[in-house]
Amino acid sequence: MQTFVNVTANLMGGFRETLILFFYTLVFSLPLGLVVAFGSMSKWAPLSLLTRAFVWVIRGTPLMLQLIIVYYGPGLAWDMAFWGSSIEGRTIAAVAAFVINYACYFSEIYRGGIESIPRGQYEAGQVLGMTKSQIFFRVILLQVVRRILAPMSNEVITLVKDTALARIIGVIELIYIGQKYITASALLWPLFYTGVFYLLFSGLLTLLFRRWENRLRYFAV
Amino acid sequence: MAILEVQNISKSFDGSCVLKDINFSLEKGRTLSIIGSSGSGKTTLLRCLNFLETPDTGVISVNGEALFDAAIPQSASETAVRQKRLHFGLVFQQFNLFPQYTVLKNVMLAVQLFACQRPNYKENKKQILSGIEQDAREIIASVGLSEKLQSYPHQLSGGQQQRVAIARALAMHPDILCFDEPTSALDPELTGEVLKVIRGLAEKETTMIIVTHEMQFARDVSDTVLFMDEGVVVEAGPPEEVFGNPKEERTRKFLERYNEN
Repeated sequence: MQTFVNVTANLMGGFRETLILFFYTLVFSLPLGLVVAFGSMSKWAPLSLLTRAFVWVIRGTPLMLQLIIVYYGPGLAWDMAFWGSSIEGRTIAAVAAFVINYACYFSEIYRGGIESIPRGQYEAGQVLGMTKSQIFFRVILLQVVRRILAPMSNEVITLVKDTALARIIGVIELIYIGQKYITASALLWPLFYTGVFYLLFSGLLTLLFRRWENRLRYFAV
Repeated sequence: MAILEVQNISKSFDGSCVLKDINFSLEKGRTLSIIGSSGSGKTTLLRCLNFLETPDTGVISVNGEALFDAAIPQSASETAVRQKRLHFGLVFQQFNLFPQYTVLKNVMLAVQLFACQRPNYKENKKQILSGIEQDAREIIASVGLSEKLQSYPHQLSGGQQQRVAIARALAMHPDILCFDEPTSALDPELTGEVLKVIRGLAEKETTMIIVTHEMQFARDVSDTVLFMDEGVVVEAGPPEEVFGNPKEERTRKFLERYNEN
């Protein structure tokens, strides 16, 4: 029993790191995704081509590889400890890699959502004398959110589990700690036990998303 | 003096000419109907007036001020275009109401956003906003939807939605209100309520341009009827002349075809 309590406490520490990765990634990638989406929809061909190529590279290569490149790449290129030598540096590097990756995925969902809004909605705003940003933020955005919540919840739940990849660059997150019990104490079950944390957290997110979806059902799109 | 003057407006899309040298004028308080078969350029003309399309040639003047002159390089400033747009209101065939807002909010939104730019907005915010709401409520009442203030568009019938769209356009108090086939997307039994509202506006001497397939309505409500075909104005005149005694062969044929259907 004592072991179970100890293991749980230790895993909670790792889960805290998992949550940090998760929340910071969302905070930065959600708005950055919108910027990337606007880039790929830009009427200025060089910008849209460049953005689309970038999205292609990020979506077309493993996230694990991106983590390694983001963490070790700058050091190799400039021969310096870009992310510092502290453990926080590793977390920041992991968040940076996740943000880039998820912003690209989100951007495609945003783009699909934005392009699915009928042109008449923009034109109605235009003839009423609204500015472009007023049209986007006051008319279009909520309709887009309503349409993309389901695919977004998919991505967000995937992110919960993708945070486990951060251990590849030495971030001490949930799986890292679970795995450590195998080598340090010859215990396998703590690693299996980490699954419960992911499951509960993604369950909570599923409920939250369902609530948001229901809340936005008050209007039809 | 004419409130609206349209001179030599032409517009092509990908080399095909949609509007050719359109000229007409409209007096304040009068109603102009534009009739013609699909693809004759009626809607494009309305869209040009509302700055949703840019004409290739021509001049559009309101109250003697040239809002658009193809000969003068246009200032790209969004603010300038927005100011010019406000002379016109447009009611779309598909209503295009904002689905996430109530009827009241649909009507007030643009007016509120516009009011934010007033220099004294911050000091008198409460007063300005309550004035806007009061005005919106009155306009909604005038289209007969006072009981639907807090309804969302999807809870309304097509006819009711179109009446909200008319109220929304009226709330900006445009000089000229344009209608792009306002009843074409409606079930036949719902067209009456929309036409009644437009008729009421005509009686109140609202300056209007109505693109319509409702010939009887055009005949009853308009001061001038403009018949368009293949991008040109074939015939224009009082409704009793255009409908009763058309001078042009093309107008006669169009009306015959219409009557047959």
